[in-house]
Amino acid sequence: MEKNINRRDFLKLSGAALGTAALAGCQPKSAATSGTPASGSPAGEMEYRINPGNGDKVSLLGYGCMRWPQKPGPDGKDIIDQEKVNELVDYAIDHGVNYFDTSPAYLGGESERASAIALNRHPRKDFFWATKLSNFRDASREASLRMYRDSFEQLQTDYIDYYLLHSIGRGGNRAFETRYVENGMMEFLLKEREKGAIRQLGFSFHGNQKALDDLLALHGKYHWDFVQIQMNYMDWRHADGVRNVHAEYAYEQLDKLGIPITIMEPLQGGRLANVPDIVAEKLKERAPGRTVSSWAFRFAGSFPRILTVLSGMTYLDHLTDNVATYSGFQPLGKEDLAFLEEMASLMKAFPTIDCNDCKYCMPCPYGIDIPGIFKHYNQMVNEGNMAQSAGQEDFRKLRRRYLISYDRAIPTLRQASHCAGCKQCLEHCPQSIAIPRELRRIDAYVEKLKKADFGSKIL
Amino acid sequence: MHKKIRIALAALFFIGVTLLLLDISGSLHAWLGWMAKIQFLPAVLALNLAVIAGLILLTLLFGRVYCSVICPLGIWQDIVSNLSGRRKGKKSRFTASPERKWLRYGVWVLFVAALLAGVQVFVALLAPYSAWGRIVQNLFQPLYIWGNNLLAWIAERAGSYAFYPREVWLRSLPTFLIALATLVTVTVLAWKNGRTWCNTLCPVGTTLGFFSRFALFRPVLDLDVCVRCHHCEKNCKASCIDINAGTIDHSRCVVCFDCVDSCPLGGLKYRFTWKRKAAKAEPASAQADPARRAFLVGGLMAGAGALSARAQNTAAAAAEADKKRDGGFADILPKKEPVRTVPITPPGSLSVKDFYQHCTACQLCVAQCPNNVLRPSTDLEHLMQPRMSFERGYCRPECVRCTEVCPAGALRPITPEEKTTWHVGVARLDYNLCLPFSLDQECGNCARHCPAGAIRMVRKDPEAENSLRIPTVIEERCIGCGACENLCPARPISAITIDGLADGHKRD
Repeated sequence: MEKNINRRDFLKLSGAALGTAALAGCQPKSAATSGTPASGSPAGEMEYRINPGNGDKVSLLGYGCMRWPQKPGPDGKDIIDQEKVNELVDYAIDHGVNYFDTSPAYLGGESERASAIALNRHPRKDFFWATKLSNFRDASREASLRMYRDSFEQLQTDYIDYYLLHSIGRGGNRAFETRYVENGMMEFLLKEREKGAIRQLGFSFHGNQKALDDLLALHGKYHWDFVQIQMNYMDWRHADGVRNVHAEYAYEQLDKLGIPITIMEPLQGGRLANVPDIVAEKLKERAPGRTVSSWAFRFAGSFPRILTVLSGMTYLDHLTDNVATYSGFQPLGKEDLAFLEEMASLMKAFPTIDCNDCKYCMPCPYGIDIPGIFKHYNQMVNEGNMAQSAGQEDFRKLRRRYLISYDRAIPTLRQASHCAGCKQCLEHCPQSIAIPRELRRIDAYVEKLKKADFGSKIL
Repeated sequence: MHKKIRIALAALFFIGVTLLLLDISGSLHAWLGWMAKIQFLPAVLALNLAVIAGLILLTLLFGRVYCSVICPLGIWQDIVSNLSGRRKGKKSRFTASPERKWLRYGVWVLFVAALLAGVQVFVALLAPYSAWGRIVQNLFQPLYIWGNNLLAWIAERAGSYAFYPREVWLRSLPTFLIALATLVTVTVLAWKNGRTWCNTLCPVGTTLGFFSRFALFRPVLDLDVCVRCHHCEKNCKASCIDINAGTIDHSRCVVCFDCVDSCPLGGLKYRFTWKRKAAKAEPASAQADPARRAFLVGGLMAGAGALSARAQNTAAAAAEADKKRDGGFADILPKKEPVRTVPITPPGSLSVKDFYQHCTACQLCVAQCPNNVLRPSTDLEHLMQPRMSFERGYCRPECVRCTEVCPAGALRPITPEEKTTWHVGVARLDYNLCLPFSLDQECGNCARHCPAGAIRMVRKDPEAENSLRIPTVIEERCIGCGACENLCPARPISAITIDGLADGHKRD
């Protein structure tokens, strides 16, 4: 039998979160590890966490279904590559992953259906569904109910294991009020939970400390079964702080209340896989055999209150790497956590943009590839390819590299210079990035590059 | 030996000029630009007296060396003719023919009249270097760019920044057709009869032919040695040797030395000769004309066929480019060219009128424009001569490449600094299309990108403090670079567009 973590363990551990000092001694044990050492062998079993609320045995690696592989469809637009989704899901299930997180909004509204096609080839009892009420556009009761019911239709199930109010907290509790309270949906969902159609009810959170406090103050009223937060070694203490709460604070508060936590963006939308060269080198120096991304997953898994860590794995090698990390999982020790905190401070000094490539801002009505532009820019910053002045020695090389790779990454008509500044993207960004301003900043840099070298005959 | 030197020099010039016209890197004109500038007609139009005098002197000394060594269209015909001669039994396929004076001088007179009257279409059509420029830009540069794009594709996968892809697009249908028809005509004529084009239609050939009659060095027949085997005659691609009459028409001779090499007895020598009257040649069979006409027609039809195939290709390429888009991207309508009251010509031209008077429509600037701004005009008056438009890019402030490459003096070299003070057009606003009016939405992308600071955002409602801002143009500052038009989010017609200046370019 697997060993549940009881309430006392949690209380004991809650203090550890802050300093992380006590972690090494209090790691949750792997499931089915009675005889074998929990650590060391990469071929160990998947780490499971027990949901104290209902005893669910949830795999520490959860599958985020918002980044399924795509291929060009018959009409030229990309469609989900179902065959590959099936392969990924089969591999995941075979290796003990049992938590699948989707939403009616993901992948142009196709994620739920595609995920269900793949998962319904497996027994329903073998996995947990998590989906969301993503009523961003139309928060009316009718539309919300339609969306709720449609999820059951799409997933072809009678019950949803984990149901989330999708992305609340930004701009205070206004979104929560209008999307869930005023339209009576909260009342409805509580009833659905009583009926068992929803087994666990929670919310995914983006916002500042005040918004989190306000939502948690409602715990007595609604009883949040779980809360999904953005957590990774950057956001732990280096979130924006003003618009977005530090993950450390969020974790502590939830831990105090004994609310299980699911993690989103453990890899900051891939940014912690593509770190500045100097950081990548340090990570490799410390553990040459481990991937850069695995550090982010080890960090996220090292906190006991975490139920599952969601990763939107598009490729099989992402999946195998993560499975390896969480099989026979070894939480990070005090020193490693301190080391990651050092890396985070180092990275904070790089002027990257906090874009997680979630694509909520898309489609931009003017056709701009917003996440693509930010991703390219961040990569250039991280790889040390930003020119400081036209006078510097390798200016021509840097100029050429930025401009050519920019054109390669983004078609000219979708580049930052075409931003009209309509600000439609602003309200959609969970990271509260000042998108038009950042686009202008990048455009100004590109313009400077193009103009700075009048003598160039190359570009 | 003479022939070998001729071929070596011809290869040098032909490859040089063609590379210059193909070049997309912008780095070759520093090395090869002079090869365009010593072309005869561009030098005439640029009033480049040194070059004109040099070329005339060269011809007076050595004959029409220009036609064999410097003129790319002439060398092209030699290549074609040579290939044609490699067919079995076709090596010595030429026959002597008399000078077609009425055609030659008729065309020449018309040409000069057109030049003086400013009917540039006719001038551009016949000018040999321009014709070659058009052929290369329209027909060969796309292949060159596709080759580059293949390398770019490989470079991208290899993580190299050595190559990057360029756009291939049809800049002007009429110009493309004319280039194709010219190539087909010239090639067919050369395949059949060698230098027919040069000795009947080409105005430069006629001009230089006038001087080459008096050339000091020229091929001379030694009738004492000659056994009348007619071998040289059959090898003369200019059809200017008449053994029966014992004459060589030096006005048509392009000093290729084929005859000198062909005579087994050494009966022809290229040597210093004081002026000797060119004997009248006998009339020869006039079989070329109907055939030529037939080929002209055939050429045009073949051209049309190839063109429609090309149009389909570009459509398919556009669809292919669209295919890669994620479902999460809004479609972007391609821009359409607005109606411009006055065409826009590049900075470096004195005025629209002056520009069009000097331009030989060789397409060198079009081929070199890295921003896809320049393209040949389609209106009859300026057919094939370049004008500016901004659907695919705008005249970037740091770029002055077209002014550097122009061999005809239509564009004079300027610096980027001068360019910032050079007004080629002025922006006009159509508020019906402008976002603060059409969508009641903030924009200002034109103002953000105006390099001259000519666009100011002002309150739509001057009374309201928080009014939406609308763009206005300070006409005095606008240089007409087209950044605003190109980057205006209104599509397919921009809300802000550039008009040429009716009374010519202005300088600050």
